[in-house]
Amino acid sequence: MARLHRRAFIRMGIATSGVLVFGAAIRRGDRAASVKSLVATDNESLFDAWLKISPDNTVTAIIPHAEMGQGVHTSLAMMLADELDADWASVTMQEAPAHSEYANYALARGYTLGDTDFPAWLVDSVNGFYFQATRIAGIQITGGSLSVRSTGQIAMRTIGAAARCVLLQAAADQMQVPVGELVATDSVITHPATARTATYAELAPAAATMNLPDKPTLKDSAAFRIMGTSPPRIDVPAKIDGSAKFGIDAVLPNMKYAAIRAAPVFGGKVLSVDESSIQDMPGVRKVISLGNAVAVVADGYWQARQALLQLKIEFGDDGNGCDQSGIFEKFARDMDRTASTNSEKVDFLSGNASRALTRAETTVTAEYRVPFLAHATMEPMNCTAWVHDGKCELWLGCQDPLRFARKTARAIGFDSDDVIVHNQYLGGGFGRRWQSDFAEQAAHIAAQVHYPVKLIWSREEDTQHDHYRQACISRFQGGLDGDGNATAWQNHYVNKHEPKRATRIPYAIENQRIVHTVSKTQVPWGIWRSVDHSLHAFFTESFIDEMAEAAGRDSYEYRRNLLADAPRFQAVLDLAARKAGWGSQMPKNFGRGISIHQSFGTIVSQVAEVEIRDGDPRVHRVVCAVDAGFAIHPDGLIAQMESGIAYGLTAALHGEISIRGGAVEQSNFHDYPMLRMNEAPTIETHIINSGKSLGGAGEPGTPPIAPAVTNAIFNATGIRIRELPILKQSLSLRRA
Amino acid sequence: MLQLNINGALYDIDVDPATPLLWVIRDYAGLTGTKYGCGMALCGACTVHLDGAPIRSCVTPAAAAVGHSITTIEGINQGLDGLHPVQQAWIDEQVPQCGYCQSGQIMSAVALLERNSTPTDVDIDTAMSGNICRCGTYPRIRKGIKRAAMAINALAEDAVTDG
Repeated sequence: MARLHRRAFIRMGIATSGVLVFGAAIRRGDRAASVKSLVATDNESLFDAWLKISPDNTVTAIIPHAEMGQGVHTSLAMMLADELDADWASVTMQEAPAHSEYANYALARGYTLGDTDFPAWLVDSVNGFYFQATRIAGIQITGGSLSVRSTGQIAMRTIGAAARCVLLQAAADQMQVPVGELVATDSVITHPATARTATYAELAPAAATMNLPDKPTLKDSAAFRIMGTSPPRIDVPAKIDGSAKFGIDAVLPNMKYAAIRAAPVFGGKVLSVDESSIQDMPGVRKVISLGNAVAVVADGYWQARQALLQLKIEFGDDGNGCDQSGIFEKFARDMDRTASTNSEKVDFLSGNASRALTRAETTVTAEYRVPFLAHATMEPMNCTAWVHDGKCELWLGCQDPLRFARKTARAIGFDSDDVIVHNQYLGGGFGRRWQSDFAEQAAHIAAQVHYPVKLIWSREEDTQHDHYRQACISRFQGGLDGDGNATAWQNHYVNKHEPKRATRIPYAIENQRIVHTVSKTQVPWGIWRSVDHSLHAFFTESFIDEMAEAAGRDSYEYRRNLLADAPRFQAVLDLAARKAGWGSQMPKNFGRGISIHQSFGTIVSQVAEVEIRDGDPRVHRVVCAVDAGFAIHPDGLIAQMESGIAYGLTAALHGEISIRGGAVEQSNFHDYPMLRMNEAPTIETHIINSGKSLGGAGEPGTPPIAPAVTNAIFNATGIRIRELPILKQSLSLRRA
Repeated sequence: MLQLNINGALYDIDVDPATPLLWVIRDYAGLTGTKYGCGMALCGACTVHLDGAPIRSCVTPAAAAVGHSITTIEGINQGLDGLHPVQQAWIDEQVPQCGYCQSGQIMSAVALLERNSTPTDVDIDTAMSGNICRCGTYPRIRKGIKRAAMAINALAEDAVTDG
């Protein structure tokens, strides 16, 4: 179990959702009584663990999830409030308690497991389920990803609908009328025939004593009043006046600060530390070696950092001295070897691609490369840890508090229940804050002192000790018949992670062979916004453009024809092309490129307009069309598209982590540059509510942007970018 | 001992004068709205005003701020009735996502509008390109600045009319 990836948890969560999810929302037994003291005052009425109604008719959604900018606090409250028929103006949210004897996530987990006897193998998937609600909640804002369907769509909506049922029953009892004659609107129940009304607050004390129905009827989307609108996000006001508390803002009495430096080479060890080199430095409390890293604890962070910079440390590289060129050579060698023996691992086969290639009138061949990428969250990794009274308390922002508690407990030899995670706002996640390495370090340090310690990674540490988006080579052969129609698609790439279908194309090409080769590196891998989709969309959407070019066809029309049997894709593609003015005249040195890709259940098509100025590309405008099934919070979906595009465009234009002597060469924003205001394009997002299954939003905006831009560069210059980052290729553009 | 004027309050702080202002503001004055991002003046998350001009506090020694007035995000609306127009525009445009960079973005935007109340896109590019946002809120920041500029100019016109 422990070896399963995050997404595997999710998948299991989905597979069992029918049981799990309703279990999550409505549990037998008096759960409300056991948690009431933690979340509600005496005169408030608590419905299960998720909802309370106050005497002033305020409805509070109790949300055991963290906010990282996707709007989970807002969207989950919306889903609950809509089913409850609550007045949105008097709806608020609170996070489940963090400073009580139960950490909020432990509460949630305990709640989910409740009195149900889950088999042990399911426990991790339950944890994954909560992880989902936290991390993908952005997705929820905009429609819910596959498993957020579980958390928001089912848990929050179910409790809202169930509470509405008992409030109606309480009104029926009070007014002595049938439930069917009552109408619930804006937190008030009315009996129209007699013009009597009762507020939810008046009814709540009686309603809260009733048994909540297990499976209340949820609204049809036509009846939504709050879902599908874009109320202002609840977390925004605290983020414009400095009051929002991120992990790095935790302050505890008598707290000290730690700076840390890990062995630069992956897998390296600390050989020696010369503490005398900093013995006169002010404020230094303690030097702690963690085996593969050294921390300095001091009264102030700056003191700790200065001492660390001066501290003489000898690191060993443990023989892991690989270089960037060596990594790509190894990829190529391993691919050649498996290809020559037909021993690649198969992702997908249909028809007979090799025969179709032999018979093809024209064949197209291309090889693409992408580098390693770091996440570069704006808030560097940090964690405040305090080990006291047999407990370890952590203050940090993370994407999976339960996993952090478990991993940290294991690292320092504690029981999981004795590690309490106080999750704060996340200053960016993008997958990085799923890895618990920094929390484990902080716990190790705190275990050796008698005061709380705030560990802050420098930007340099953050850049050089990430868990990286993989580097990759992907090779293609395409076959066209005499009319230019695509008959064969062969794709061989290196190293597969998740999601498993990231390499699949939506196009009706009869003969396909998609395979991969495993070629290990010492560079730690991690989930990075959209995971494998971030690379494969670049590969596949570049290559289909190359096939269109070989066929002498327009790249939009070529895709469109291949999507004749995929109307949902075709509608998204058409919308993007139409809104972008596809086919209209462009100024000199401008080009237009299109792409389409499905990930996390959402289809996104983008058209990029690029100008080549002095040999460098400038992306002026991106038109984005998205079908996420239904947009719960349309402005949130738009914001996530904008965000995904900026994240993917940063990587496409600039992103490269390279390895020399087994260590990362880049260290800060001067050599690992980010998209800035002067490079940010205008983005126009257009939403299709197809009514299909809800898809994600936080990630699907990222994959299509790189190929949209490189296809536009080709359109402008005739130069095909087959290796990212684009700006590394700018010299060839200058020659053009 | 350094005496610093932060948001109009005087702080006597016993700290190495070379300590960057950022850490003094955060760890000694306890104002955590100003953020650490890079430590090299590359990202703008630590932007504060020194006598009204935007500076990167992560590379500014605390001693350099003695005798000057420092304004942080917590003090940006001092003397105003409610939020600063830039803060209000940030709400109206729903600018922040994770929010970590936004204190610095707002400080840079306020400084821009104080010297140029009708910024062009190029002006905005110039003034704001020192502030990185990994959530990609740039299009909304741009809209927010333009909205705030209109609000500020409307206030100025009202003041003229009233005067």
